[in-house]
Amino acid sequence: MSIVTAIGHGPGNARAATSPARAARGPAYLLLAPGIAYLGVFFVIPVVALLVTSLYVPVPGGDVGQFQPAFEWQNYVTVLSTYWPHLVRSFGYALVATLAALLIGYPVAYAIAVRARGRPFVQAMLLVLVIAPFFTSFILRTIAWKQILADESFVVAALRAVQLLPPDGRLTATAFAVVAGLTYNFLPFMTLPIYASLERLDPRLVEAGGDLYASGPTTFWRVTLPLSMPGVVSGTLLTFIPASGDFVNSVLLGNNGTTMIGQVIDSRFFKVSDYPGAAALSVVLMVAILLLVTSYIRRAGTEDLL
Amino acid sequence: MDGASSGTGLSLERVTKEFGAFVAVDDLSLHVPAGSFFALLGPSGCGKTTTLRMVAGLERPTRGRVRLGDEDVTDRRPHRRPVNTVFQSYALFPHLSVLENVAFGLRRRRVAEPLTRAHEALALVEMDHLADRRPALLSGGQQQRVALARALVNNPAVLLLDEPLGALDLKLRRQMQVELKRIQTEVGLTFVHVTHDQEEAMTMADTVAVMNAGRIEQMGSPADLYELPRTAFVANFLGQSNLLRGTVVEGPSVGPGSVLAVDVGTGRRVLVPTERAVRTEGEVLVGVRPEKLHLVTRDEEVPWDVNVVGPGRVTDVAFSGVSTQYQVAVPGLGTLGVFVQNISGGGEVRVGDEVHLACAVRHAFGLDGAEDVASGVAEDGAA
Repeated sequence: MSIVTAIGHGPGNARAATSPARAARGPAYLLLAPGIAYLGVFFVIPVVALLVTSLYVPVPGGDVGQFQPAFEWQNYVTVLSTYWPHLVRSFGYALVATLAALLIGYPVAYAIAVRARGRPFVQAMLLVLVIAPFFTSFILRTIAWKQILADESFVVAALRAVQLLPPDGRLTATAFAVVAGLTYNFLPFMTLPIYASLERLDPRLVEAGGDLYASGPTTFWRVTLPLSMPGVVSGTLLTFIPASGDFVNSVLLGNNGTTMIGQVIDSRFFKVSDYPGAAALSVVLMVAILLLVTSYIRRAGTEDLL
Repeated sequence: MDGASSGTGLSLERVTKEFGAFVAVDDLSLHVPAGSFFALLGPSGCGKTTTLRMVAGLERPTRGRVRLGDEDVTDRRPHRRPVNTVFQSYALFPHLSVLENVAFGLRRRRVAEPLTRAHEALALVEMDHLADRRPALLSGGQQQRVALARALVNNPAVLLLDEPLGALDLKLRRQMQVELKRIQTEVGLTFVHVTHDQEEAMTMADTVAVMNAGRIEQMGSPADLYELPRTAFVANFLGQSNLLRGTVVEGPSVGPGSVLAVDVGTGRRVLVPTERAVRTEGEVLVGVRPEKLHLVTRDEEVPWDVNVVGPGRVTDVAFSGVSTQYQVAVPGLGTLGVFVQNISGGGEVRVGDEVHLACAVRHAFGLDGAEDVASGVAEDGAA
């Protein structure tokens, strides 16, 4: 199963993909042509360019930022041996942020889809609140978090008061702030797919659970949760993938010890003009995410619900 | 019921369910004896499904008590009631195999060897060969059987069936009716079956309660309900009836075989047995089933115990194989339906012929004249 079907998890999607009417294939390809052309120019060619660039070597005696074609596999060894801690840290932060977003997003989605069922106005209002952050820029919102977590903020004051934070403790420029920022920024990507899954859940199945001697919590565990797994899988992927490549939260909310791989790529490219190094790191990140995600989907075993 | 009986009786005591201002079930009381097959019959929106859901615990009665055997279960949550439901939509869990669907209730109650028992239940409904399938891959009839097995396997005190055959085509429905009845006899459980299909209710149930607007109109064996309806709704919803508006002009006569004489307009008198009449004076409705009417063409000698009306003109003849349906317009009385069995070939009476209609006095029934003649006619019961 591909990531694409995992994300586009509507029940109709899988079926539509497996049973195209043979006679209609010609026109179908014609209709797909603009999309394929677009992806060819703006996705396939750049990826190939990225792969090629990752093997370049500096022009001997040339200026900074001058490179020539080569097959320098050593580039990968160099970036991996130098930056593997950043890679591990990125996946660690992304994992914690994804779990936090799941723990926050699932109850929110459940409240909107199940508790507010039959009250379309309430549902619409709550959904708007979930989506509302998208109305302002990602960067601005992250800067706002800087204020929220600042030393003189009420959050820090409150945490100090209840002694969850030592009197001289702070939240800005910490790993906690980075993970909190990641969690916050990607929360809607977690909440919406889970909402979509739960919204489709047939309430009669929940009634059937109760009818068959399952208490409320057991019904949730045995019926509701398994049936919402497609949403959970989509949501976790949509959160984890961009979070592991993120290069904004750590810059604005972290310190030198929280540098994530996205930041490294950014600085290798723009600050040091090490294009092959940046390209090699990008390829490493891409492959690592692909491997992680593939094994995750295999393990989640939600294929037949997708 | 014989030794296999493990069902429990069910009692509803003055149960009312209100949804806001709407009264779905109105002060309803009924008793279902242990081991019986009980049908709640009525048109959509009559409150029959709400009644069933209150027994299952999926709705709380606004007033009244629900008892299973000697136990008051009104305040118990669904999962604490020894009751299982076969849902109208089947509500099979799509993420579980057929076998795990059936084992679901057993696992929740931590019954020993749930899979062995699930296999047995699937065998009872002849579905064991598909135990490993997902429900989505089954046909409607197969899903229905799995839903039945999933409920039966728990050996519930009362099994509730909510229009379980509604989604099946006619042929499969007839087949499943016979099978449901067989299974009920075999396992001896108490079945409460909700349906809007009068034929389904009459074929399967020992006792039928006809519901209308949140109340039970009449309750009894299918034959009793059919032969002696007590309300216009029952007369029209269960089969068809010819209802004539009239006034009691004489009687009841004294002694055994007591009858009422009713003037049904323009001086025509018909007789109704007193014991078959809801009212014995004033305005009444005289009813007779279409198959109890005979067409009389020649001037025949009419015995005293036969009611005759007419003459009327045949407006429609519909031949349907076993029988022929005639519509006869009688001036002053309206159009009456007549079913004639095609024993001797039929086809003697044609559209436009002038006929009289005769029926034995003992087949006539009398209803309250305040009732609407058309009550229950246009409902979906004749499906």
